[in-house]
Amino acid sequence: MAANTRSRLIIATTFIAAFILTSLPGPGWAEPFRPDWVALVLIYWCMATPNRVGVATGWTVGLILDVLYGSLLGQHALAKTVVAFLTLKLHLQVRVFPLWQQAVVVLLLLGINQLLVLWIKGIIGTASSSFGYWSPMFIGMLIWPWLFIILRDIRRRAHVT
Amino acid sequence: MINALGKPLPFKPPSHAARLTFFLLLSILVMVIDHRGTHLQQIRSALSVVVYPIQLTASVSAQSAARVSQLFSNENSLRQRYQRLRRENSLLLARLQKYEAVEAENARLRSLLRSAERVTDRAVVAELLAVHPEPSTKKITLNKGSNDGVYIGQPVIDAYGAMGQVTELGVFTATVTLITDASHAIPVQVNRNGLLTIARGIPLPDRLFVPFVATSVDIREGDLLVTSGMGGGFPAGYPVAEIDSILSDPNEAFLKITAQPKARLNHNKEVLLVWPGSTVGKTETGE
Repeated sequence: MAANTRSRLIIATTFIAAFILTSLPGPGWAEPFRPDWVALVLIYWCMATPNRVGVATGWTVGLILDVLYGSLLGQHALAKTVVAFLTLKLHLQVRVFPLWQQAVVVLLLLGINQLLVLWIKGIIGTASSSFGYWSPMFIGMLIWPWLFIILRDIRRRAHVT
Repeated sequence: MINALGKPLPFKPPSHAARLTFFLLLSILVMVIDHRGTHLQQIRSALSVVVYPIQLTASVSAQSAARVSQLFSNENSLRQRYQRLRRENSLLLARLQKYEAVEAENARLRSLLRSAERVTDRAVVAELLAVHPEPSTKKITLNKGSNDGVYIGQPVIDAYGAMGQVTELGVFTATVTLITDASHAIPVQVNRNGLLTIARGIPLPDRLFVPFVATSVDIREGDLLVTSGMGGGFPAGYPVAEIDSILSDPNEAFLKITAQPKARLNHNKEVLLVWPGSTVGKTETGE
């Protein structure tokens, strides 16, 4: 089915864009301000197309993220799996929220994501205790409304269902 | 289970909770295996090939952005930069003359002492492909991999000192753990008096921590730490860090020493991969 393949292609492209934004080199001081693009895109697609993007997609993109970061294989995979699951559970309610309320839910989801990664890092002993670790989730919340509108436009133009 | 069109699906797919459980267990399994040993190295290198185009695109787009900004930089600043580089070059050349003389003298003295001559290490320039964006893990990815003869544990330096070592290897890429990463420790010695110790990375900031130095030991602020060549990873004699603070707590048996890395860990576009010379660190009598 052509529409099916195209939908998958569009979703994959947005994830690839998120990976590129994640690994774009920048000045050192800007690192704490880099949002977790992959988590944001994952949350969007879980909310918009829960039949296509779910727990398995979360795990896969998390694993790719682990390779990209050079971190312990599986730590981001686990966090993204949980984020995808929670988004699927909440998607019917959150979908109808106004954007700013959605952003608050996204903040919580990103917080859970960060917390899980920090927890695993704590177990293997590479955790850091700086406040800068938590800043990406606030940046993510601020970016959410814009990202949501852009991705919704893409989804509607390409008829991804 | 009902699909988007409102028709019931022909079969019942596993519930979200079941999938969650499956993937959580899978993640934990992968983490345990990856943490315990190197069994997943193959999978990691296979996946790194998948990730390579992403890193390449990011790196190329950043480079072209830098090139565009160069186009707009004015002639004056370019001329200033050129002047500065020329001055620096003549300075370095002058220093190199002295270095060559010293090297010749060193070889002569070593032959007098009948010790092995130091072989100069082979080095290849590698470009930085990606910096791992998490502030707590200090790792970088280079554009050279097993295809170019890179191996795990290989030392990486820049123009100013030791940077880190290769810890993960892909076909076209290699991930380097920097000396300031919390999981990294490097055997060093104090250049002034030859005191042997180690320098460990700490989670934050970009500093090294020198553990287990007793309060009675002769070590000062400003001392240069160089690689000692112990452990066989790094060849001896590369600068590592300069001690910038020593705290002595009368209740503790050891000093609290931090050191500032010599290498410019966050400012490099190009680094050097080193293949240590074969006779370095083998037999050195008469020290």
